[in-house]
Amino acid sequence: MSNHVFVIAEHIKGKFDDITFEMLGKGKELASSLGGELVAVLIGNNVKSMAAQLSAASKVICVESPQLENFSPEAHSKTVSAVVNAHKPKLVMTGYTSMGMEIGPAVSVDNSMSLVSFVSNVTASGGSVTAVSRLYGGKINVESQLEGEGFIVGMLPGSSPADLGRAAGTPSIEDFAAPDLSNLSIKFRQLIEPEDGDVDITTQDILVSVGRGIQSDENLPIVNELAAKLGGAVSCSRPLVDSKWMSKTRQVGKSGLKVKPKLYLALGISGAPEHIEGMKDAGLIIAVNSDPKAPIFDYAQYGVVGDIFDIIPALTGKL
Amino acid sequence: MNIIVPIKQVPDLVEELEIDSSGKSLDQSSLKMKLSEFDDHALEEALILKEESGATVTAIAFDSEDVDKILFTAAAKGADKIIKVTGLENPSSHQAAQALAQVIKAMPHDLVMTGVQAVDDRDGQLAVLLAHYLGVPHVSVVTSVKVNGQNAVVSKEYGAGLVAEYEVKLPMVVGVQAARQSPRYVPVAKVRQTMKTATLEEVAATNITASTGSSIKKVSKPESGAGAEMIEGSAEEQASKIIQLLKDKGIK
Repeated sequence: MSNHVFVIAEHIKGKFDDITFEMLGKGKELASSLGGELVAVLIGNNVKSMAAQLSAASKVICVESPQLENFSPEAHSKTVSAVVNAHKPKLVMTGYTSMGMEIGPAVSVDNSMSLVSFVSNVTASGGSVTAVSRLYGGKINVESQLEGEGFIVGMLPGSSPADLGRAAGTPSIEDFAAPDLSNLSIKFRQLIEPEDGDVDITTQDILVSVGRGIQSDENLPIVNELAAKLGGAVSCSRPLVDSKWMSKTRQVGKSGLKVKPKLYLALGISGAPEHIEGMKDAGLIIAVNSDPKAPIFDYAQYGVVGDIFDIIPALTGKL
Repeated sequence: MNIIVPIKQVPDLVEELEIDSSGKSLDQSSLKMKLSEFDDHALEEALILKEESGATVTAIAFDSEDVDKILFTAAAKGADKIIKVTGLENPSSHQAAQALAQVIKAMPHDLVMTGVQAVDDRDGQLAVLLAHYLGVPHVSVVTSVKVNGQNAVVSKEYGAGLVAEYEVKLPMVVGVQAARQSPRYVPVAKVRQTMKTATLEEVAATNITASTGSSIKKVSKPESGAGAEMIEGSAEEQASKIIQLLKDKGIK
């Protein structure tokens, strides 16, 4: 048992995701509070040249194997479990991301370690570690005191500045032999790129974004009309895509796109953490929601408590 | 093919959530419960597979108030069997995973499909935990499942529309993000009819040793509206103020 903090680095197509640097930044602070080292775990095939980007960590544990070339829920979980079992860190940080969600619970069961997910903040003092989860669509914060020997936290993207974890240098690299990956049940087949052809919402200055509050796809024309009058494009939150009312290319958030328009007009979007992740860096956020307690108002600069079916036509009529 | 779909109820977030006097949990009596939307998608994807290839779909849930209704609704939508697990109320994700693994191990199972997450998953998501208690592979954040003999081909979503495709040896556990189509609707009258004809089986969970490894210190509401300046008035006045704001900021 050590006091070290391990960050499971996430990368795809040769590039680290921001969550990696967000965790390194936060992890550095935690390692210092716990009196341990910050260690990055880098998994892949021929990835050692990427280690320099992880210099916020004092050490990079590098696991390479042809079986780890592409992310696999099975091979990567097994590998992280083996690393954690060998080093027994105090705290393991994974992303609450598509990759991290496969790893955290797996390592928790394999190594009998505590696990907390939806985590927006972690603090450590006197050896005790507390994690805050944003549950119930961001409407409730739950503070968990971690018990036992080692903990895993699933960090919500965007909860800590990535810049704190970016550093150049030459960290010490420790090779770790991959566990036996010869008899796997999961075979990676291919990465499928999104289809082109639709409006690219990541390059728009003005986004009129709709959520569940729109109630039906039959109500979308009034939103299109408003966006046209504003000279912007329509984007949306996940439920509209899951309901097949709008195309995946218009989705803002965790499983969609990250956008940074000059204006983000959020209509009937409550502001679950998964959505906030995709739009919190917009220049000006104006939110309209019937629920005065909607979490979206924590991120908007301006808010309107009201019915979008009153506000939308009123706006369109005045433009 | 046998498909098992664990489903659960979560608080309806449209309603106000109240914290109880202990400050460590929600006031259960104030909550209006509904089927977790991701579980609804998992059930939908399972029913699509059944229609494609003739599977037996079993929906399974832990005993709680009104849980019979979501199970009978699942049956009305097309689930062939419905099971209620008793002896464990409001289980944590770890406890639920261990208990479901016990129950599912005793049944024929090729695919276990459940929601990718639920809004109250404090100690991790069921799909991957369950896969590890069952000792089978898992893929989560899935938007499509196709079965091909002894293998499944699943699509896993990353951000920005990027998708990874995997071929997986069955049995496996899938964490469903979204079904290929919007979850089907079933009229209340059909659910009532199903309540008269379908059999709700009960299985007891025993010797559950799993724990979350953490304790709740405090439950609180984030300071709402802390960041936003609220625009008051009638809809017309609010719209005028928004447009003035856009002019002032040089946006419009």
